[in-house]
Amino acid sequence: MATEPTSSFLEYAPAPESTAILSLKSDYGLFIDGEFVAGNGTPFATISPATERHIATIASANAHDVDTAVAAARAAYDTTWSRLSGADRGKYLFRIARLVQERARELAVAESLDNGKPIKESRDVDVPLVAAWFFYYAGWADKLDYAGLGADPRALGVAAQVIPWNFPLLMLAWKIAPALAAGNTVVLKPAETTPLTALLFAEILQQADLPPGVVNIITGAGETGEALVNHPDVNKVAFTGSTAVGRAIAKSTAGTGKRLTLELGGKAANIVFDDAPIDQAIEGIVNGIFFNQGHVCCAGSRLLVQENVHDEVVDRLKARLSTLRLGDPLDKNTDIGAINSREQLERVRALSDIGEAEGAERWSPACDIPTDGFWFAPTIFTNVSTSHRIAREEIFGPVLSVLTFRTPAEAIAKANNTPYGLSAGIWSDKGSKILAVADQLRAGVVWANTFNRFDPASPFGGYKESGYGREGGRHGLTAYLESSGWGADRGLRSAPARIESSPTKKSRRKQAAK
Amino acid sequence: MTIAPITLAPAQRAVELIGGDLTEKSLRLHLEGLSGVDAVGLEQRAADLGSRSIKTTSKARALDTIIRLIDLTTLEGADTPGKVRSLVAKALTPDPADLSTPRVAAVCVYGDMVPHAVQALGAAHGDPDAGLVSVAAVATAFPSGRALLPVKLADTRDAVAAGADEIDMVIDRGAFLSGRYGEVFDQIVAVKDACRRDDGTFAHLKVILETGELNTYDNVRRASWLAILAGGDFIKTSTGKVAPAATLPVTLLMLQVVRDWHVLTGERIGVKPAGGIRTSKDAIKYLVTVAETVGEEWLVPHLFRFGASSLLNDVLLQRQKMTTGHYSGPDYVTVD
Repeated sequence: MATEPTSSFLEYAPAPESTAILSLKSDYGLFIDGEFVAGNGTPFATISPATERHIATIASANAHDVDTAVAAARAAYDTTWSRLSGADRGKYLFRIARLVQERARELAVAESLDNGKPIKESRDVDVPLVAAWFFYYAGWADKLDYAGLGADPRALGVAAQVIPWNFPLLMLAWKIAPALAAGNTVVLKPAETTPLTALLFAEILQQADLPPGVVNIITGAGETGEALVNHPDVNKVAFTGSTAVGRAIAKSTAGTGKRLTLELGGKAANIVFDDAPIDQAIEGIVNGIFFNQGHVCCAGSRLLVQENVHDEVVDRLKARLSTLRLGDPLDKNTDIGAINSREQLERVRALSDIGEAEGAERWSPACDIPTDGFWFAPTIFTNVSTSHRIAREEIFGPVLSVLTFRTPAEAIAKANNTPYGLSAGIWSDKGSKILAVADQLRAGVVWANTFNRFDPASPFGGYKESGYGREGGRHGLTAYLESSGWGADRGLRSAPARIESSPTKKSRRKQAAK
Repeated sequence: MTIAPITLAPAQRAVELIGGDLTEKSLRLHLEGLSGVDAVGLEQRAADLGSRSIKTTSKARALDTIIRLIDLTTLEGADTPGKVRSLVAKALTPDPADLSTPRVAAVCVYGDMVPHAVQALGAAHGDPDAGLVSVAAVATAFPSGRALLPVKLADTRDAVAAGADEIDMVIDRGAFLSGRYGEVFDQIVAVKDACRRDDGTFAHLKVILETGELNTYDNVRRASWLAILAGGDFIKTSTGKVAPAATLPVTLLMLQVVRDWHVLTGERIGVKPAGGIRTSKDAIKYLVTVAETVGEEWLVPHLFRFGASSLLNDVLLQRQKMTTGHYSGPDYVTVD
């Protein structure tokens, strides 16, 4: 096997993850009341953004289908799910978590195929976190009395959940796991471009023998989502997506009594001080903005770097970007996958062109762009000022804007100078500085010497136009529970007399037992 | 009262970088001014590099590259001339069943075994970049380094005189940990000087940091700079006698130092992880780390080595698997 080196060792031979593990259907219906049923809307195709090849035909739910799904969720809530003990709900969630682990490789392949993200991310980040989320909330199901909402907090009822295309299965887990743990039933709509893993998840629910109607998954475009969140028999709306749509939902749900949580856009500042651990900061910057092609609401899209290390940081960053591998999302060595849709690609292109036109300096490493599919080379802009649109607007792509600051006070001021407030990063070897700066950042998540790390035990959510409500952790439960009874603010405020006259559910149970 | 500055032994690199007034203080300021290392981030990056999937043609190439970069090592109290001859035979013909297998870079032995290694190599003794096999000798009271400087220098001179092409010295970890950077620096400079041959050329100097005893990544970064400033041609992780020996994060960190040095001066310094690398799978992770950190031009014998003894046989088994399509067993590679 004499191998005479002819080409570069760095041109790693293709190492594609096999798609043989997938057994996809050609058509997928809506998952309502435990069964796949035909939709009444016009079916649409889901394609692979890396090749533009057709994957499957997906049913579309119209208003009538939304009605059926909400009715199924309501019936399941009334007859089954609200009557189960927390421990029993937990058993279903544990079962789902284990099934996700068992089918992890299949889910990872499907996710990369449908979304365009590199298999190393779907395999090592998305799917393991999905399982972790279900395990975490499974543990909460029988401990809701300790969620800080007083004894016996109550489920809200039917939750309408609309999720984005950037982490299709992970966002599903963020929504479904706490909702079910808290005792709600769910109608979920995945994004139009990435319905595949949600439908595989529906199969997992069948495998787990989850009672019919507890989770319903309906596919479709914006109108389907609109019909769902505006359905009168929905008690709770949870939305992750753009600020514009979030604002519309806030308006349409106002005054309806529906509880609402929104997780919207971001324009996170990643602050690099001159005493940062430089090699790790470079990795953090790369991970902050190029993870998942920058399709991350909490992406570190504004790099704030201390002026005295600006040139060094930019030089190192450029050297590092030159080693990133863009290409087939299913290849295990791919670092940067495809942009999720043509529409998104156009938006990234348009904003990047604006950045150039406004005078910022654009740079991308030399990299071959595949001919088919939607691709955008990792890009950094230097000489960006705070007034540039690329420093203000969420690009939601692999585009980094580099700005400078001179003092911690200036860093904080610039970091907070955004309508958003989802996340921020701080890089410094000095712990006291990290704590002092983190205290003053108006962002829901502040990462210190790391970026884009997620854990089910940690609450996640935004300030200002990044939305409201928290997902993850104990706080994530409050979005799906009505506090009641002793010690809870709401209960004390609304009906002090009731405390004396009406025994709590628990004491009623105790009396019944006597 | 004034403190008389201690002037360190002249070392060209340090003088050029830090300036002519090289003192204990200027050296300390330089080393302590280096950027810190975040352990979590470093280990995460190493793990990420370790997850590359090297298959088919890339794997075949990687296996041959690993063999070309091995310092086949025996460093036992029980070493004998016979054991060294056997090691040399293995170095020259790693796989008697497949003569297309490349030779290793060097054999690495204790100083008193150098003449036997040189003799056994015969005409094959020479520059590994030219396909020949070097002789590397550990010196300076290896592995502890606990001896007086004259002893360390004599140890080094004897090995060079006996024909060693490369000297693997150990730093004085005690002096380093107690903050006597100048002393460590001076010793490296003196050992480098002892590597000088009669014709004015130098044996290559590999400086062993013994990262397992330095304990923190910040210390490893400082020691790496110190060794380079003092004239080391290679920085090497470990003696193999202390656990942990080479790890991927430590090697990544040392490669980052070498990369920074290259950016700063244009000069290329070698890196040698040693100890604990036993499988092809692990060794391939190191190749990926080298290629993606400093560039694949470093994957040559004068810039990267594996200090290993059992690694070679695992690589040979993998190589046989790639040639024949099926796994053989330990009896199909030689015990040396």
